[in-house]
Amino acid sequence: MKRAVRLGVVAIALALGGCASTAANDPRDPFEGFNRAMFTFNDKLDQVALKPAATVYKDVTPSFVQTGVGNFFGNIGDIWSAVNHLLQGNLEYGVTGVMRVAVNTVLGFAGVLDISSEAGLTRHKADFGQTLGRWGVHSGPYVVLPLFGSSTVRDTAALPADIYGNIWTYKDPVRWRNVGAVVRLVDQRAALLDASNLVEDVALDKYQFVRDAYLQRRASQIQPLDNSGWESDEDTAPEPAAPAAVQPKPGGN
Amino acid sequence: MNILQKLMTVLIAGSVLACTAIASAAEEAPDALVKRISQEVLDTAKNDKQIQGGDQQRILQLVEEKVMPYVDFQRMTSLAAGRFWREASPEQQKQLTAEFRDLLKYTYSGALAQVRDQQVQFRPLRAGPNDTEVEVQSQVLQPRGGEPIQLNYRLEKLPGGWKIYDVNVLGAWLVQTYKGNFASEISKGGIDGLIKTLAERNKRLATGAAKGVKAAS
Repeated sequence: MKRAVRLGVVAIALALGGCASTAANDPRDPFEGFNRAMFTFNDKLDQVALKPAATVYKDVTPSFVQTGVGNFFGNIGDIWSAVNHLLQGNLEYGVTGVMRVAVNTVLGFAGVLDISSEAGLTRHKADFGQTLGRWGVHSGPYVVLPLFGSSTVRDTAALPADIYGNIWTYKDPVRWRNVGAVVRLVDQRAALLDASNLVEDVALDKYQFVRDAYLQRRASQIQPLDNSGWESDEDTAPEPAAPAAVQPKPGGN
Repeated sequence: MNILQKLMTVLIAGSVLACTAIASAAEEAPDALVKRISQEVLDTAKNDKQIQGGDQQRILQLVEEKVMPYVDFQRMTSLAAGRFWREASPEQQKQLTAEFRDLLKYTYSGALAQVRDQQVQFRPLRAGPNDTEVEVQSQVLQPRGGEPIQLNYRLEKLPGGWKIYDVNVLGAWLVQTYKGNFASEISKGGIDGLIKTLAERNKRLATGAAKGVKAAS
C-alpha cells in the first residue's frame, strides 16, 4: 500500500512537473504543456498519414467527385447547424438551414448536389459549443484534442452533442460508418491543404499562431449576430458587431 | 473691374479649384480605397494567366505594386511588438519593420495564390465623418458554396491618405495573432533574435518563390 502511494505521488509530481516546465505565460492557456504535446502529436499524425492521404485525394480524385463528397457530408452537417441556430433563437438561419437540407436532400440526390447555395441560401455553420457560448457559457481554457485539434473546455464538453447530432453516426453497418468518417476527414483536410501550407510558411511558432488565431475566431463566432448591410439595406442597422469608430485596443478581441 | 483684377480673380479661383481637386484625390474614403484595391487585385489575379498558373513572383509583384503603398507597416510592427517596441533602438525598429513587411508580403501573396473566382462583398462603412480610425468590413463569397469568409480592415487617416494597419481574416486580427509569436521570440533572443528569425524566414520564402513553388517547412 505504501509503495503504491509513493509511486502515485511520484507520478503526480512528474506529471505536474511536465506541465510546469513551460512557464504558463498566457492566462487563456494554463494547460500549455499538455496542449503543445497534443499539438505536436496531431502534427506528426498529420504529416505521416492525413496530409499525404489528403494530397493524393486532392490530386487524383476528379473535382466533381470531391465537390460531391463535400456536399454530401456538408448537407448532413447542415441538419445539426439548423438545430443549433434554432436553439440559439436565430429563426432566420434556422429556417434557412432546414430549407437548405430539404432542397438539397430531395432535389440534390441526398445532398450530393448543393442546389441551395446556388439558389442563394448560404450555409451558416453552427455547433453546440457555439450555442452554449451564445447562451452565456464561458469558453474556459484552450484545449488541444487528439485528432480534433483546437478547442476549449466548453467546446470539448459540447463535442459529444455534435457527434450524436451528426446522423452519420447512426449509419449501419459500422463498416460503412467508419469508411464514411474517414472519407469525410480526408475531404475536409484536402480543403484545408493550401491554408495549412500558408500557416507553415508564415507562422514563427505554429502552436502559438494557431492558438491565438483560433481563440480570436472562436470568440468572434460567439458574438451577437449582425448580418445586416450585405445587401446594402440601410434600413435595418442594429448596433455593429464590432465598434467601427473606436480607438482599437492592440489586444483586438 | 479692370483686366488685372479679372486676371487675379481667375488665378485665385483656378488655384482654389486645383487645391480642392488635389485635396479630394487625397481624401479617398477608406471603404472606397479598400474596395478599389480589392477589385484591382482580384481582377488581376483572376485574369492573369501566370498568376492562375501559380507564378509566385508575379503575385509578389502584384502585391508590391497594388497593395503595399496603402499599408502602414511601421504601425503594424510597433503594435505587434507591443511593449518591446519602445525598448528597441531606431535602427532595430527600422530593421524589424522591414523584415515584418516582407513576411506580410509573403503572407498576403500566399493567400492571393488561392484565389480562383471568389467575389467580395462590402458593408456600408459605419463611421463618423471626423473619425481618424475606422474598420472596413467585407466578406469573400466562395463559389463552392461554403460559408462566406470574413475579411475586415482597420485603417487610420494619415496626412497622405488612409492606410491599412491591421487585417482580420475569419475573425482573427493579424497583429494580435503575431503578437504572441513576437513576444516569445523576443524573450528567447531579444529584438535582434526576432529580426534574425524573420530574416531567415524571409530568405527561405524568397528562395521558395524564386523556384516557383511554395517553400516546404
